[in-house]
Amino acid sequence: MPELAVSTGGGVFVPLIGAPRLELPLGAVKVSAGFPSPAADYEDRRLDINEYLVRNPVSTFFFAVEGDSMEGAEIFDGDILVVDRSVRPRHGHIVVAFVDGQRLVKRLFRRAGRVALVAENPNYPTLDIQEGQELEVWGVVVGKFKRFGA
Amino acid sequence: MWLASSSGLGRDVPVFALVDCNNFYASCEKLFNPLLKHRPVVVLSNNDGCVVARSAEVKALGIPMGVPWFKIQDEAKRHSIVAFSSNYALYADMSNRVVEVLNLFSPNIEVYSIDESFLELSGFERMGYQAYGAEIRQRVADWLGMAVCVGIGPSKTLAKLANHAAKKNLAGAEGVCDLTAMSPAALDALFSRIEVGEVWGVGRKIDERLQAMGIRTVQQLRDADAELIRSKFSVVVERTVRELRGVSCLELQEVVPEKQQIMSSRSFGRLVYDVKELEEAVASYVAKAAEKLRKQDSLAGAIQVYIRTNVFKPEAPQYQRAVTVPLPEATSDTRVLTRWVLRVLRRIYRPGFGYHKAGITLTNIVPATNQQFSLFTSGGAVDARSQKLMGVLDGINGKYGRGTLRLAAEGVEKVWQMRRGNLSPRYTTEWDSLAVVQAR
Repeated sequence: MPELAVSTGGGVFVPLIGAPRLELPLGAVKVSAGFPSPAADYEDRRLDINEYLVRNPVSTFFFAVEGDSMEGAEIFDGDILVVDRSVRPRHGHIVVAFVDGQRLVKRLFRRAGRVALVAENPNYPTLDIQEGQELEVWGVVVGKFKRFGA
Repeated sequence: MWLASSSGLGRDVPVFALVDCNNFYASCEKLFNPLLKHRPVVVLSNNDGCVVARSAEVKALGIPMGVPWFKIQDEAKRHSIVAFSSNYALYADMSNRVVEVLNLFSPNIEVYSIDESFLELSGFERMGYQAYGAEIRQRVADWLGMAVCVGIGPSKTLAKLANHAAKKNLAGAEGVCDLTAMSPAALDALFSRIEVGEVWGVGRKIDERLQAMGIRTVQQLRDADAELIRSKFSVVVERTVRELRGVSCLELQEVVPEKQQIMSSRSFGRLVYDVKELEEAVASYVAKAAEKLRKQDSLAGAIQVYIRTNVFKPEAPQYQRAVTVPLPEATSDTRVLTRWVLRVLRRIYRPGFGYHKAGITLTNIVPATNQQFSLFTSGGAVDARSQKLMGVLDGINGKYGRGTLRLAAEGVEKVWQMRRGNLSPRYTTEWDSLAVVQAR
């Protein structure tokens, strides 16, 4: 069963926005006196790309990518990133980060007291966050998409 | 008679929270722009006139709310203040997101303004309201990057006051103030430190008169003779006194009441002389207002059109005129409304004046189900066709953005549109305006 509610810690359950919905095709099957349609039991809803990419719409934002430093993670120039702020950033996540007035997409490294933003392209150096330097991990990249001009 | 007079606030009473976004417009601008992190940011009103929102840095500089932007040019330069035109698309989206998050914390919510909501929290006390408030605050910060303050109390007036206390760090901790957890002595101490003018519903006039009566603090108003307050002011102010005592008199208004009139008006970015341009402007206002009208399933029975020159330039020739006309039958059809509005506009337009502002108002609004057909129109068939067409119009504009499909009367270029010189991108509502992240 998908999780439909989250505990707020004190035994209070609140509905989770963007929780998987269980949708039943309502009235999709016509009742007839003759032979039932052989497809009747296979009635299903269509796939929705939003549902696939966006688990939590309220906390999800899109960003456009410029540059090639994340090609190793299959993030290319012109891609649109799906960034979900409700996902807690962890070591290894690809993140949107604000550093020194820049909006960056990098892989977050956070181990043994070292915090760094790692590129996925050997041409780009790893950006170590120094003492006193401000890093804002804006959100976790949970997907990407692109539409071709056809 | 008072359930909880000057003693602590009683149990078994409703509990409200007021959640208020800090420096909302300025925070929305900062959210997407890393260059603004510690910079002073202001947001300006329509036509870049006055300061309508200030970041914490700007408040610290002592720049007041509402000051005309041109008056603080020197300070702005000295402190490198960054000014933005109002980006309503962005603020509206962020506001809706905040409300969606708040809805996770209470099923009963009143959206009081673009950056404030009342929540009913009764029944959520098991973890303690202070902790619940802290959780709300944390969730909005995590999910949306917006800072909010939470005020909690047994009446809406007290919740609002608690919010003030939270914002100013007068009580509670880290942006959350729960009055229901405070002892009578602590409440006295807090209320004696807050000026009476901070109380919700006490405007400047009432404030002055209260001061004259020697009522200067919230505590003094709370403990004032309610009868006297009623006789000197009104039942409204008396109700405020009762609310301050922890007696809830104001209920949550969850359902937005249907608008009795819909107004759409703007000042122009520059003076408009040509009737054609005025026509385009008011036609676009009609389109917007009619869309709202249809959204609430209503019809308008009358329209008002008004135009005026710039009253702040008394040396220029002045003219203003407003005319209301009843419609032969109530409608929400953009085409019909536009036809009437243009007819009225052409009647009141006088050449030779520089017009600064124009507006339209849809009035005599009735639910669509109450429609009475006039004797002289065909009713049913035409109406169904009109409804269908308007449905298509709203559908397309809802999907591809307002103004994608519009009447030719609205014009194409909209040269009269208001001046918004420093508009940030519509980061969250337009594909072409997404913030760019560098992969470098």
